[in-house]
Amino acid sequence: MRQDHLISAAHLSREDIEAVLDRAAEIDDDTAAFRQRHAGKVLGLCFFEPSTRTRMSFDTAMKRLGGQTVDMGPVESSSVKKGETLADTVRVVEGYADALVLRHPSEGAATMAAEFVDIPLVNAGDGAGQHPSQTLLDLYTIRENAGLDDLTIGIMGDLKYGRTVHSLAGALTNFDVSQHFISPESLRLPRNVRYDLHAAGAQVKEHTQLDDVLPELDVLYVTRIQRERFPDENEYRKVAGQYQIDAETLEAATDDLTVMHPLPRVDEISPDIDDTDHATYFEQAHNGIPVRMALLDILLSQADD
Amino acid sequence: MTDDHQLRVSKIQNGTVIDHVAAGQALNVLAILGIDATSGEAVSVGMNVPSDRLGRKDIVKVEGRELSQSEVDVLSLIAPAASINIVRDYDVVEKNRVVRPDIVTGIISCPNRNCITNADEPITSRFTVLSDGVRCDYCESIVREDEVAANLDVN
Repeated sequence: MRQDHLISAAHLSREDIEAVLDRAAEIDDDTAAFRQRHAGKVLGLCFFEPSTRTRMSFDTAMKRLGGQTVDMGPVESSSVKKGETLADTVRVVEGYADALVLRHPSEGAATMAAEFVDIPLVNAGDGAGQHPSQTLLDLYTIRENAGLDDLTIGIMGDLKYGRTVHSLAGALTNFDVSQHFISPESLRLPRNVRYDLHAAGAQVKEHTQLDDVLPELDVLYVTRIQRERFPDENEYRKVAGQYQIDAETLEAATDDLTVMHPLPRVDEISPDIDDTDHATYFEQAHNGIPVRMALLDILLSQADD
Repeated sequence: MTDDHQLRVSKIQNGTVIDHVAAGQALNVLAILGIDATSGEAVSVGMNVPSDRLGRKDIVKVEGRELSQSEVDVLSLIAPAASINIVRDYDVVEKNRVVRPDIVTGIISCPNRNCITNADEPITSRFTVLSDGVRCDYCESIVREDEVAANLDVN
């Protein structure tokens, strides 16, 4: 990769992405070959927001590379509670670890943190900003299931605040992909993501109804619409209900449709889809391990050179 | 006689005249330049002055201070048509246009309240200048040209 850190999917070229995905495929084929690759190395986990999958998969990925992890623990029991700045926290953890994974509720937190440390830093989610390591595992899953070129994808749900959406949409502009965005009016793509898509020459095709595009799609990427985005419960229920899918919804889709979700889901994908061939979200979550192993392997090896 | 009509703002002996400022932006110009009652310079401001080029314009004259190009370039974001005249002994000795900078550090605060630059961190806001606005280098929010004046962080 050209970067020392992974902050935003917008910084990734097609070559960068393919390097990570190819390495992930190697790891998938022969995990044992990577078992001692980073023995003696320590990964710092700084999560200022709750996380299950991302934290556990980075933890697991580092351990499967032979390394160890040191975890800041919950914010409530850390020095952050005493008023320490993020800039200070990451500079301290830099002394304990060889690389750092950061999740933070403020947009731009990872960009700032990277200005204060010299070790590789991975943005594991900055507010409603970016979540590029999720994007890499999403791309890996798409490549395995549908291929990354000549692809039509629908991205549905909370496109305004959904950081996985922002990262994925940007990264997909490196490939021959037609992107459709399906959301309520109030949760459409934010200005900056739209700007980048236009700058990359991608068409932004927006819809408020899934029915409009479902039959064309090779991949449907569903995200959760959160209750707190709406002024009242009734409005939320009315809107969110329109973006829930079940087995009946998918009767209008092609047999090959791949349904993805960054998880956790609440009720936007009905459990009756789980047993169909469309359901790919658990495979997607499992791909977090080889992809994050590949990412850490590349960043740590680069830092050694 | 003509002079009496035209000279709504008195001539200065030495200093800088910022002319052709978009009407209504004069106080923002002063704010960006960090000029207020405490900074010591004598300042004259004309607002909503008739102008051939702009219809109406603002004009700012700062006595005793020659502003450098880098100091004034940031004005291009709120007053793209501004011209900068350096005056010595009542004569204009240098006349320049403002040039759009590539980066603006400080001066603008990010309108995204959830941006890390608005948290209590030891950093200064930084924006990359686009063709029609600026973009926060941290959270990537875009501030359109017509929104810049409302997001000045000059106090």
